[in-house]
Amino acid sequence: MSDLTTKTIAELRDGFRGGDFSAREIAEGFNAAVVAGRGLNAWTVETPALALAAADAADAARAANALKPLSGIPLGIKDLFATEGVDSTSGSNILKGFKPPYESTVSGKLKDAGAGMLGKLNMDEFAMGSSNETSAYGPVISPWQRNDGGNAALTPGGSSGGSAAAVAAGMAPGVTGTDTGGSIRQPAAFVGISGIKPTYGRCSRWGIVAFASSLDQAGPMAKTVRDCAIMLEVMSGFDPKDSTSLDLAVPQWEAGLSSNLKGKRVGIPTEYRIDGVPAEIDVLWEQGVEWLRDAGAEPVKISMPHTQYALPTYYIIAPAEASSNLARYDGVRYGLRETGVKTLDDMYAATRAAGFGAEVKRRIMIGTYVLSAGYYDAYFTKAQKVRTLIKRDFANAFEDCDLILTPTAPSAAFGLNEKMSDPLAMYLNDVFAVPASLAGLPAMSVPGGLDSQGLPLGLHLIGRELDEQGVLNAALAIEERAGFTARAEKWW
Amino acid sequence: MSVNADQVRHVAKLARIAMSDAEVDALVPEFNNILGWVEQLAEVDTDGVEPLTAVIDLKLRLRDDVVTDGDVRDKVLANAPDAQHGFFAVPKVIE
Amino acid sequence: MADGTEPYRITGATGEWEVVIGLEVHAQVVSQSKLFSGASTTFGAEPNTQVSLVDAAMPGMLPVPNRECIRQAVRTGMAIGAQINPWSRFDRKNYFYADLPQGYQISQLYHPLVGEGEITVLVDEKDEGSARSIGVERIHVEQDAGKLMHDQHPTMSYVDLNRSGVALMEIVSKPDMRSPAEAGAYLRKLRAILRYVGSCDGNMEEGSMRADVNVSVRKAGGELGTRTETKNVNSVRFVMAVIEHEAKRQVEVIEDGGAVVQETRLYDPDKGVTRTLRSKEDAHDYRYFPDPDLLPLELDQAFLDECRASLPELPDAKRERFEGLGITPYNASVLTAEVETARWFDTLLDAGADPVAGANWVSGELFGALNRLGKTVADCPVTPTQAADLLSLVADKTLSGSLAKQVFEIMLDTGQDAGAIVEERGLKQTSDTGAIDTEIDRILAANADKVEQYKAGKEALFGFFVGQTMKAMAGKANPQIVNERLRAKLNGAT
Ligand SMILES: [Mg+2]
Ligand SMILES: [Zn+2]
Repeated sequence: MSDLTTKTIAELRDGFRGGDFSAREIAEGFNAAVVAGRGLNAWTVETPALALAAADAADAARAANALKPLSGIPLGIKDLFATEGVDSTSGSNILKGFKPPYESTVSGKLKDAGAGMLGKLNMDEFAMGSSNETSAYGPVISPWQRNDGGNAALTPGGSSGGSAAAVAAGMAPGVTGTDTGGSIRQPAAFVGISGIKPTYGRCSRWGIVAFASSLDQAGPMAKTVRDCAIMLEVMSGFDPKDSTSLDLAVPQWEAGLSSNLKGKRVGIPTEYRIDGVPAEIDVLWEQGVEWLRDAGAEPVKISMPHTQYALPTYYIIAPAEASSNLARYDGVRYGLRETGVKTLDDMYAATRAAGFGAEVKRRIMIGTYVLSAGYYDAYFTKAQKVRTLIKRDFANAFEDCDLILTPTAPSAAFGLNEKMSDPLAMYLNDVFAVPASLAGLPAMSVPGGLDSQGLPLGLHLIGRELDEQGVLNAALAIEERAGFTARAEKWW
Repeated sequence: MSVNADQVRHVAKLARIAMSDAEVDALVPEFNNILGWVEQLAEVDTDGVEPLTAVIDLKLRLRDDVVTDGDVRDKVLANAPDAQHGFFAVPKVIE
Repeated sequence: MADGTEPYRITGATGEWEVVIGLEVHAQVVSQSKLFSGASTTFGAEPNTQVSLVDAAMPGMLPVPNRECIRQAVRTGMAIGAQINPWSRFDRKNYFYADLPQGYQISQLYHPLVGEGEITVLVDEKDEGSARSIGVERIHVEQDAGKLMHDQHPTMSYVDLNRSGVALMEIVSKPDMRSPAEAGAYLRKLRAILRYVGSCDGNMEEGSMRADVNVSVRKAGGELGTRTETKNVNSVRFVMAVIEHEAKRQVEVIEDGGAVVQETRLYDPDKGVTRTLRSKEDAHDYRYFPDPDLLPLELDQAFLDECRASLPELPDAKRERFEGLGITPYNASVLTAEVETARWFDTLLDAGADPVAGANWVSGELFGALNRLGKTVADCPVTPTQAADLLSLVADKTLSGSLAKQVFEIMLDTGQDAGAIVEERGLKQTSDTGAIDTEIDRILAANADKVEQYKAGKEALFGFFVGQTMKAMAGKANPQIVNERLRAKLNGAT
């Protein structure tokens, strides 16, 4: 029996149903891979027992002919999701030891669908970062290394860095991620896997620790487009507990997969061509256009004039919302509390000073400032107006096309510590990912190829509101043509 | 607009984050760097543009007025750093 | 002295000062569950038992608004003729405090649910001329905070989140009031309206209604002065006391060459003074911004129509209707001041009682009796229907006024119907002329001397004969008939 950890979710599901192997064998295989991969620091908590329990239930279900959509599939869950009775700390010291007495809607849906949990995945603290280096648990190390013979530790991207590394290193067939401004797509691109952020409101935010409420969306990350479709179908759906949840039936995305793009127009936005982006990335982008043309789509040039303002807009709105969302971490009801201080205010200040890392503090400070008396209109209101214009750019673009293709990130994975000292350089990672987040649109990264250093590069598809199917199908067309099979050589 | 150490200190106070003078001084340039960068939005003509109010155009749903929750004190206090006699305990507040 | 007609003035060393008052009233909305969670709102439960994970602001928890809370605020707005905003939204008011788990209160700053309205008050119930119209700036909906207990532990404060997230209406008046009496009248009237509408129980002891009192002073008609805000005052009496004290204090400060500082103050009911809570320097910077967890609140016409259709007759309308029935303005205002009284009286009318006689009886006999018994109409032992029967017995002369009083007393402590009591105890008044004549003849015969004196012109003796006759008839004789017959016999028999 071949190594189960190299298989896709679809292969595992079908092989398990066909009796090729048991769910327990699958779980044991991945549990072992998790242990073997500890050097990558991808997990904050390992829960092998939970994975085995779900596996045994799946084996029983198979015997009883009572299989569920994800019976037999063990998954990794990003630490941002509250998981009942299991430490959920959002990669932060301020939530040290926090065991939620509740389960997030999305992780709950996965469990109800029969999936097991291998553990909680490392991430940038409160999802604030693009390299996983802001985590209180230390950075995740990418399974990928440059082909220069050296062994410089690279970032798997962030904030869903643990999620990305886990899939790329074969420690999980699929994982949950969250995407506020690229946190699913950029890491997926950095490690050569697929990841999709659905339309805002598709996945319930209930039980997912909030970073920027108007931007946060959960989504799956996996080896293939099909696997993303399989997971997203389970993760999506109306939740009355989330006022921004879409009250719509969930389409059968997997069944709807088709790489025939006849009649589809793919928009190529001029403004996404920016200085300082390696030529290889433009070349891959051109290649992507050709692949889509080959699949029957018609490329069209489009213009989205406010693209360059998306990043600064994002870095006003996201910190502003975060400064308020993170006010609840005050040492009173859960998590860290600094003692030995006299007054309540001193307790707050000491607790938050000790509990939050540098980047989180930086963003809380910026967010507090842009909302404060005298600056609100100049910064926050202005940013919300520009956000309207950015949304309008997409609306106009989608009159001339059905999909938009861009690179996922302006560079391949970079080395740890390369950008930590320069926040703005770090923020630039999400320059292509952020506009779709501001507009709440479905967007996906799919592997396109390797660059000259042997590192994965991703292509980025953005669709109309609710058109996850269109995004998945175009990604599938690229996946079929790119024939991206490269996997990180196991060195860990 | 650019900020000085006192303003950063004031923001830190608003945000309830204790900061040493060294930390404040280190943050001032970073702060101004980021502010200077986001201020490029000033170039954008937003006259007559409404601020975005909802990412997706949905109407706010209203819930029926029925008691469906509560009576879970154990869960509410389970993670408390200091719970006493069914209350959360905090350093004394004098008003 | 502020009887509503003479302007209220503070006489200082430098002359007369006028007081300018605005009130922000926080009224707890009557609802089963909280504004954004399904936890119960019942008062006085065990600490932290009426708290959901949302109310405790656990990570990842989200608010979902309660339709009834929005409905009650809209109905309240309609009751004061206010503009209702079909598009409104919730904002976050950010500040740190131990009773505020989220680190922000979900409120409405930029787009409140209810806009400008108006409340007409009578500063002096007895004086139609004392009517004042007080503007309401806005009504918005927001979350209540939890409760802190400082007396349970020497170095710790205890936090109870049972109230956390309960729906409040913040009703903000314009600075239209000029005296403690006006402010008191405004609060009483607002409370009455809320209780008529049923959107707030108005129970100030339990904190269902609290007022933030904004006070400033100025030379009559001059520039507005700097105001102070005294927070969370929980009775009409205290609000009036705060205004008197605060106005005097501000006048003294100014006349001593100082300046009033804009600040938040607290009222100490025991000492009867206000003291600084927060000065402007360390005033909060609330950093309001639209709550991204909630979409804009859009109300459709059907919702608004139902809100309006479900409004009861309100105090002013009732008052006018009562006056239209011939009831005196004073009685009308007394009868409409409390919703229970008004409803009790309406039932009395429905049971056929005469409006004027009924109004007089309620404000006289009934209130008198209830005061004695320390009861209210709510727990009145006599039902409006029983009272209507009693009054009808007076109307048809079955009972004289004095008999009616006796019967009512018996009704109060037995709960029996008037008819039954009259039958059992034979308290019926008699108009049987035969019986009355017999007694009169006996009395005149037995008092021949007095009859002589009367005929000789000692008219005053007439009352004596009436008294004797009534006494002989055990108070049951119809007084009019007794008078007629006596006159006939005394003047006729010559
Ligand atoms: Mg106030
Ligand atoms: Zn308020």
